[in-house]
Amino acid sequence: MSVRRLAEDSVQPVAFAFNEENAAWAEATIRKYPEGRQQSAVIPLLMRAQEQDGWVTRAAIEHVANRLDMPYIRVLEVATFYTQFQLKPVGTRAHIQVCGTTPCMLRGAEDLMKVCQHKIHHDPFALNAEGTLSWEEVECQGACVNAPMVIIFKDAYEDLTPQRLEEIIDAFEAGKGDQIKPGPQIDRHFAAPEGGPVTLLEDVKPVRTNLEPQRDLAETAAATTVPPADAARPKDTAPETNPTLKTPATDKEGARKRAKTAEKQPLSGTAKSKPDPKAAGSVAEGAPPEPGAVSGDLKPKRTRRKTTTEGESS
Amino acid sequence: MLKDQDRIFTNIYGLKDKSLKGAMSRGHWDGTKTIIEKGRDWIINEMKASGLRGRGGAGFPTGLKWSFMPKESDGRPHYLVVNADESEPGTCKDREIMRHDPHTLIEGCLIAGFAMAAHTAYIYVRGEYMREREALQAAIDECYDAGLLGKNNKNGWDFDIYVHHGAGAYICGEETALLESLEGKKGQPRLKPPFPANMGLYGCPTTVNNVESIAVAPTILRRGAGWFSSIGRPNNVGTKLFMISGHVNKPCTVEEAMSIPFRELIDKHAGGIRGGWDNLLAVIPGGASCPVIKGEDMGDAIMDFDGMRDKKSSFGTAAIIVMDKSTDVIKAIARLSAFFKHESCGQCTPCREGTGWMWRVMERMVKGNAQKREIDMLLQVSKQIEGHTICALGDAAAWPVQGLIRNFRPEIEARIDQYTYNAMAHGAVMEAAE
Repeated sequence: MSVRRLAEDSVQPVAFAFNEENAAWAEATIRKYPEGRQQSAVIPLLMRAQEQDGWVTRAAIEHVANRLDMPYIRVLEVATFYTQFQLKPVGTRAHIQVCGTTPCMLRGAEDLMKVCQHKIHHDPFALNAEGTLSWEEVECQGACVNAPMVIIFKDAYEDLTPQRLEEIIDAFEAGKGDQIKPGPQIDRHFAAPEGGPVTLLEDVKPVRTNLEPQRDLAETAAATTVPPADAARPKDTAPETNPTLKTPATDKEGARKRAKTAEKQPLSGTAKSKPDPKAAGSVAEGAPPEPGAVSGDLKPKRTRRKTTTEGESS
Repeated sequence: MLKDQDRIFTNIYGLKDKSLKGAMSRGHWDGTKTIIEKGRDWIINEMKASGLRGRGGAGFPTGLKWSFMPKESDGRPHYLVVNADESEPGTCKDREIMRHDPHTLIEGCLIAGFAMAAHTAYIYVRGEYMREREALQAAIDECYDAGLLGKNNKNGWDFDIYVHHGAGAYICGEETALLESLEGKKGQPRLKPPFPANMGLYGCPTTVNNVESIAVAPTILRRGAGWFSSIGRPNNVGTKLFMISGHVNKPCTVEEAMSIPFRELIDKHAGGIRGGWDNLLAVIPGGASCPVIKGEDMGDAIMDFDGMRDKKSSFGTAAIIVMDKSTDVIKAIARLSAFFKHESCGQCTPCREGTGWMWRVMERMVKGNAQKREIDMLLQVSKQIEGHTICALGDAAAWPVQGLIRNFRPEIEARIDQYTYNAMAHGAVMEAAE
């Protein structure tokens, strides 16, 4: 989690209103969601407010809350939760977001951040002397095969070197950011490998064999059992999770039988009509049915616990 | 190598015409009406038979997921939600689909929506993908204009697709957090059950699918489950977008057959490891949350769900992060710990406090400023985070650290020794306690 607070009162403007174009856009956005669910539009509206003003002001938060019939606190929650919302003023000409997560780090994002520190300000989010530029380190921006990269406003600049980033920063500072082509900054086409793609070179003819009316339906229906996967879990080698172990969950028959035996045996102390579920559980685990009896192969710890269980239930 | 004929994403690099007309010439939107006329059960059975496993990381069979939706509507609308909140470090496949081959996704939405009786789909795109969102929206508008979507469309199933976006929160890739976010709240995961198939978006039956899972569906239905399941090995079938980043000569995104050997994938598509195969130190095979694997173990690795399980890691989203021997692997994993600390939503204590704690300890491990017993403590704490949270972010944060300790313990210990040695050699001045 990151701690995020609104900017000081001294920089907060007093009022906020969408301009004409954005107001119409907001109207259309709210209509995307079902009747009474206008709250869904809160992120898009706040984002639009940020695009209009450069950052999310308190007035904008209140305006959006009124617009969507939401309590202020709910909008404030959203604005502080999502890290793309800038809660303080950022550079007017460029706010450079350097991706610093491992895939970019491996390809030299740290050098890019040094460039930013050198050219803009030592600290992230701090404005440079003229107030035109600022930078921050952000988490993975999803362009990992084009690492390292930065995002400035809406565009990503990928496959960067420190020198190239310096040029880009200079261009934005001079107000000529639009002259730089977004995307990979080396001779490369988007996510294709450098030097041209090695796949998708042939001209292929689309295939639609399955839609021709000759297939047997029963054949496809036969192979319908695909087990649910737990592929996201690494292999568990802990002994207690061995599937061959018998537990009350896997060996219901055995557990029931043992519980029955336990029921027949007279319990020490008061007689019970119903076996305690906890006691039945521990019986099923393989403990002797006689409570309190210490058998050789049993750990003393388990015996002790079992005695207390009995004591509680009787 | 997979033949071009068998590739589903024919314009993944954006070199060809990406308009509706161009997509149609490559075989998309072909016979969509025929597929829909074959009926719901046929589609779901065909998807099940194809053996397609969800491409978002968990590998849950897509056809089975679709079949969980209620067959009869109880008056509540059904929703399809497409998870395009692609934030797992290393992963960048959905981006290419959305900006270069959007019609695969749009057609998939229509078919999947029909299969689960949904008339509305929301595509939740991560906030950072602004240009991708625009490209996707433009493609959707094209389809509306061509009468492929909307009310009384040519395909015979009324369907609306809306593009929604987030604002920079990794956790919104978790399906229930995504639904919360889509409802205009903080993206904090919900407890399950109730599962989204019963109580999802706005309390209505909802299915959340990854972009790639949805986008491959139309081609599977057109070419047949038999074709799809003939690629790869059983239980790990089909084609998959692999993303190769890090220390390879030519990082790229490429569609390949599942179960391709790691060596072949890297040599054919990524131009080999930087500095040759002997220079390979470690690989993270499926995005940040997968445990790291030692380079020497990857020589014979098969890139699929089971192959990566055998290596005690996981296949995740097939985002392969390669590290050569110049890498400080402890620092690389510490950076991932920083990532998870930053992205924890703060709902469950083990994750909120644990991710920050692990990161602080990892930062000390990077310098070597730690005790060796702390390595075991770190492992133990990571085990206590894992499985004790509502969603899988706790697990995801714990696994890279566990993988590091399992595979690179000697490096961590050597770092600690080095730090101690340096401190002694330079005559450390003890700080006075004030």
